[in-house]
Amino acid sequence: MTRLEEFYEILKDPAAYGRKLKGEGRRKIVGYFCSYTPEEIIYAAGAHHFRLFGTGEAVHLADAHFQAYCCSLVRGALEGALAGHLGFLDGAVFPHTCDSIQRLSDVWRMNVKGPFHLDVVLPVKLDTDSAKAYMSDVLHKFRSDLESRLNITIGKEAMQDAIRVFNRIRGYLGRLYEIKAEHPGTISGSDLHTIIKASMIMSRDRLLEILPDIVTDLEKKKGQGDKPSGKRLVMTGGICNHPDIYRIIEEAGGVVVGDDFCTGSRYFEGITEIKDDPVAAIAERYMIRPPCPAKHAGLFTRAGHLVDIVREKRAQGVVFFFLKFCDPHAFDYPYLKASLDREEIPSIMVEVEDQLPSEGQLRTRFETFIEML
Amino acid sequence: MAEKKTESMNLVQEIFLYFLAGIRRTLLRFKKRKKIKEILTVYYMEAKSARISGRKVAWITSGGPVEPLIAMDVIPVYPENHGAMIGASKMGTDLCETSESMGYSTDLCSYARSDIACATVNGGPIGGLPRPDMLVCCNNICGTVLKWYEVQARYFNVPLFIFDTPFCHTGFSEEVRRYVRRQLDEYVLFLEEACGKKMDHERLSNVGKLSLEAQRLWQAVLDTTVNRPAPMSAFDAFYHLALIVTLRETREAVDYYSRLLERMNDRVARGIGAIPDEKHRLLWDNIPIWHRTRWLSEKFASHNACLVADTYTSAWCGSMKYIDENNFFDSMAEAYTRIYLNIGVDEMARMVLAMVDKYNVDGIVMHSNRSCKPYSLGQYDIAKIVEKERGIPSLIIEADMVDERSFSESQVATRIDAFMEMIKAMRQ
Repeated sequence: MTRLEEFYEILKDPAAYGRKLKGEGRRKIVGYFCSYTPEEIIYAAGAHHFRLFGTGEAVHLADAHFQAYCCSLVRGALEGALAGHLGFLDGAVFPHTCDSIQRLSDVWRMNVKGPFHLDVVLPVKLDTDSAKAYMSDVLHKFRSDLESRLNITIGKEAMQDAIRVFNRIRGYLGRLYEIKAEHPGTISGSDLHTIIKASMIMSRDRLLEILPDIVTDLEKKKGQGDKPSGKRLVMTGGICNHPDIYRIIEEAGGVVVGDDFCTGSRYFEGITEIKDDPVAAIAERYMIRPPCPAKHAGLFTRAGHLVDIVREKRAQGVVFFFLKFCDPHAFDYPYLKASLDREEIPSIMVEVEDQLPSEGQLRTRFETFIEML
Repeated sequence: MAEKKTESMNLVQEIFLYFLAGIRRTLLRFKKRKKIKEILTVYYMEAKSARISGRKVAWITSGGPVEPLIAMDVIPVYPENHGAMIGASKMGTDLCETSESMGYSTDLCSYARSDIACATVNGGPIGGLPRPDMLVCCNNICGTVLKWYEVQARYFNVPLFIFDTPFCHTGFSEEVRRYVRRQLDEYVLFLEEACGKKMDHERLSNVGKLSLEAQRLWQAVLDTTVNRPAPMSAFDAFYHLALIVTLRETREAVDYYSRLLERMNDRVARGIGAIPDEKHRLLWDNIPIWHRTRWLSEKFASHNACLVADTYTSAWCGSMKYIDENNFFDSMAEAYTRIYLNIGVDEMARMVLAMVDKYNVDGIVMHSNRSCKPYSLGQYDIAKIVEKERGIPSLIIEADMVDERSFSESQVATRIDAFMEMIKAMRQ
């Protein structure tokens, strides 16, 4: 199996991979939902954090708990748990983000049997001193909660080592994005997407074994036989569960050179400093990292960041890629679009549920959009 | 030029409103039985002429800490109450469509959508809300208000204060208390800067006492429906609620609810019910379907069913137990954080069970409200818990509080009929 195939294999059936890891018995497995989960702490606790996405299967069991106007990520995740696909989890962590994830935590706690369930109720504001102090308090509490649940002590050294591991991982993932932006033909959009997404599930030790080689290979390959790639695009939204979208965009004459996704650059941006209080250092990264729209980091921060990505990546257009019923993103859309319009950056909006709309329809929309650029 | 003309016309209008408000307020003072509509009219007139009276206007979320605003002489204005008025006057669909043409998704909260649209066209039942000087957003009711207030802060270009009350899934922790308490100080600083004067803490403490008194009276009013027949219904409560939302910290609200309580007690003494022949007692859950309250009220009454209580109107006094009358300011931290919607589904279910027992209800009517995820997601679990613990059935009505497009009258009517048949069969 090539290294790339390994990533594809994991995403094809994440639960099977979870069971396999569990079978190896080296680490307890902790499910989590969002990029504000303090991975470093879980890793330092000797556990493995395993990101949960919607199952992609038809929802039946979760229908008894959530209405149809709840997003497919939340419904799908609950479906997976109720169907018993996630029996390998030793616990689940719910950082507070939006109203739907908030209720998912409650309903999960009440209906899914598991050894432990931890809420990390982060601040919603990211731009005040008291919020920063609270962020640090909450993460410290998470650390001690985890210690008591797993019956261990997480030392400072272990925390600092974990931070180093994640800084390295984030560094490599960031480098992959840079290579993609410099020489888009070096790696396909779906391959890159698959690596990033699988890296939220895969054993982090294994990930660190293969990421350096992937980067080295691509560094060698880049620029060789660069064929004229398509029009440069940036994507923005919440989670992207659809590797096919990259292929469709590429076939329509575009190429994605950057994003503001929580399954993309928001996941790995920002380095955590090695400090005497490692937990406070993690809190600091959350305060300055590009924010999820469920958080508040100023009135124009997200638009500024999006325009910056477009400029930095020399992109010609933006694709808003939204999960239906995701309120925070839908609320930001008019203002983000207006900010792009002011900068004369064209954009297109695609809203998806668990499945992509018909490929033909999508292709036509992208072709029209890309031709216009 | 055109802008200048509109501006001076606005000014003339506001001066006119200012004097009219003065006259109406004086008249109201001498009126013995004040109607809620009259009180609210004067309130909105005063708010819309605040520029003339030199007072500041703050927009604030329905669950937000309003007492410091009153102590600073700021007029609080509630976009959610405005949303309810828009819904009740059936103007919601038009405004929601306007917001959709601005790029807002139809899946978003219809209070937010109609308010955002209304600000740009000054439409709606009262010609738009007065322009805010500042915005105060407390996320104890939802995350939607954060996004909504960000939109309005950009639109009006005014300062926004976010009062962040972390969600209490399973309890209230010390670090949350510290964080929220610190924000109370930040809030006071924010207001002092916006108003250019110092906070009078003694006044704040008095405002707090009035607010608490109004909340107690409101709870006492709601409690009168433990009687059979209930002297008022949840639909009446939806109407009388307006003051506890918008003017809870005023003498007016205290007077109004004192008299309302007298009236309800009198009805109880004389055995007068909200509906002619109360046979079945039901509990309402979620925000009212504002555009169909009368229809629903009549529909249930036709089955001799009275909605005797609800989880919505009692939310304004649900966290009274956390208020320390002698230390109002500090205790606001906990009271504003632990409100009904900011707690776990299991704790909400426990509160619903307590209401089921207290009001002795035979069934629950749940409005599954597309606009309100924190209120609606989790309803199915609450329904199951109540069914299991008390053997009481629930009816779920799919609708939206403002947007009429999500309501199918015939379908809902059929479901209500079927539900009532079941309740009747169970009683036999």
